[in-house]
Amino acid sequence: MVERNKDLIFGLYDDETELISAVKQAKEKHLDIFDVFSPFPVHGLDPVLGLEESRLHVAGFIYGALGTLTAFLGMTWIFTKDWPIIFGGKPHWSVPAFIPITFELTVLFAAVGMTVTFYIINGLGPGVTNPYLHDRITDDKFCIAFDSHHISESDAKAFFKATGASEVGAKHI
Amino acid sequence: MGATVSPIRDPLIEGSKSYHDITVDLVRATEEKPGTTWTIAFLISVTFLMVLVFCIGWTIWHGIGTWNLNRTIGWGWDITNFVWWIGIGHAGTLISAILLLFRQKWRTGVNRAAEAMTIFAVMCAGLFPLIHMGRLWMAPFIFPYPNTRGPLWPNFNSPLLWDVFAISTYFTVSLLFWYTGLVPDFATVRDRAKGMRKRFYNFLSFGWTGSAKHWQRWEALSLVLAGIATPLVLSVHTIVSFDFATSVIPGWHTTIFPPYFVAGAIFSGFAMVLTLMLITRKVLKLEEYITIEHIESMNKVIVATGMIVGVAYLTELFISWYSGYIYEQFAFFNRALGPYYWAYFGMMFCNVVSPLFFFSKKLRRNIKFTFFMSIVINIGMWFERFVIIATTLARDYLPSSWSFYVPTWVEIGIFLGTLGLFFTLYLLFTRVAPVVAVAEVKSILKSSGDQYVKVNNEHHEHMQHDFSKAVEQNKSYVTHAAEAHDSH
Repeated sequence: MVERNKDLIFGLYDDETELISAVKQAKEKHLDIFDVFSPFPVHGLDPVLGLEESRLHVAGFIYGALGTLTAFLGMTWIFTKDWPIIFGGKPHWSVPAFIPITFELTVLFAAVGMTVTFYIINGLGPGVTNPYLHDRITDDKFCIAFDSHHISESDAKAFFKATGASEVGAKHI
Repeated sequence: MGATVSPIRDPLIEGSKSYHDITVDLVRATEEKPGTTWTIAFLISVTFLMVLVFCIGWTIWHGIGTWNLNRTIGWGWDITNFVWWIGIGHAGTLISAILLLFRQKWRTGVNRAAEAMTIFAVMCAGLFPLIHMGRLWMAPFIFPYPNTRGPLWPNFNSPLLWDVFAISTYFTVSLLFWYTGLVPDFATVRDRAKGMRKRFYNFLSFGWTGSAKHWQRWEALSLVLAGIATPLVLSVHTIVSFDFATSVIPGWHTTIFPPYFVAGAIFSGFAMVLTLMLITRKVLKLEEYITIEHIESMNKVIVATGMIVGVAYLTELFISWYSGYIYEQFAFFNRALGPYYWAYFGMMFCNVVSPLFFFSKKLRRNIKFTFFMSIVINIGMWFERFVIIATTLARDYLPSSWSFYVPTWVEIGIFLGTLGLFFTLYLLFTRVAPVVAVAEVKSILKSSGDQYVKVNNEHHEHMQHDFSKAVEQNKSYVTHAAEAHDSH
């Protein structure tokens, strides 16, 4: 989710290598980083920032398994209990013929479930307007933001200056 | 990131771009007023779209009798077009999913447009089975839902129903994959826009902020979607081929169909991607992002899949002879020397002979020749489906039922109309969304931008010329690389 009602102090960097070294220094100084924003996924940032690996794929597996069960048990129930019909002299419970639809529903449930989960846990979706710190963050600037309750303004500015930020700003979100 | 890449790789982004240059170049088409080329192309496409609407209306009003299908030939242009369009869609998923798993960096230049092509092609394809029902309002009955008719269920053992599931899943997954990739790029457009445009793109961008955690999840999602889209795309054309292979019609009843259809689908799909990308890069001036390197890579896929298709054609011929089954033998004799011999030889020339030209590196890197070939292959693959469907049905077991099939103006109109629908959607897409994935291109800049590759290349050449000298120079090149790295 996107947190609201915070006073943030942020610094913008021109390159992802500067961003990573700045994050490293902040961690060394035990500064409490509120969030990091970038125009594209910066590889090597997650371990430095201390982000845990996403568990989205676990959710995907559960949704997929749900799809498998829905399809297979659904077809089984329909063709053996609800309305058994003989097609071409084949057994009612003709398992090999159920494979294609079982596979398709596994994929469908996993994909739809994961995507919907992704948007919900990120607080994104149609009609959502999230506050953002600077127009160039989706263009070419890399941003580190501090919560002003956790760091003094002078400390933050000194940090940004020492790590080579090209621009420093403050915003209430 | 990862400033070192194999020096034998050519750059994928030319013109020494900075991140900001990439944003400006790729977002430009959504910000400017469309030019005359676009407007004329759009008007032509919309005209064909109107033809589609009219011909579908005519079919539904007067019934399926307005097509030249008859008792012998139950599937004609409609199913030919269906299989053709579905096949075209496959290249988009191959580029975005399979090449993501294989970590092919050239994917980033073309994946967005190729995925859009997939979605639009699947929409065109899905239209044909629907209108082939004749009574379009019966279409919901193909889905299993609790109903007041029993409940009566569809036949889950039928490949035609598998197709319903395969294609609707394929469409849904492709759409989700494509849109999730678009969300960060819509945010890029949003942050440069003003007024109404800003509100419009804010809606499309779903409130994207670029937070590190969001990017991490975005990558996790993309990877898993790619992982499940890969078997999905293979399953879709496999199931389409089951429509034929599970029947008992000579010429259709063959176990080679699934791999042969999948290879053909990728083959025709890449041809269509090339047709679209060669025009798009020219009109939207994206030559620095969709380079000769990208085109050559796609031509290599065409040679490989074209040869798989060729081997499949010859295997079919051999097996029909070897089977000793006269009906099977006749089916193939009839394809090559029967009343539709021109379709068979058109198919053989376009799909088996013509891709072999791409063994020449010079021709692979020739834009005009590639464009010409992409059209030839699309025609060839259409012929393939026509040969399999109409030629086979025109000569069945009973000579008294033999017939000859030519489409009516309604069928021709519907086919041309789907081209109109496809290009109308594609042209609108080029104006609303960035046709090249902005964020993904930025992420490969440090490894595949020409200013970075050049440094590595020079270094590599010196190493080959004079090893000891190069070792000394190594230090200066490393600092050079580091400087170039820092200044961007």
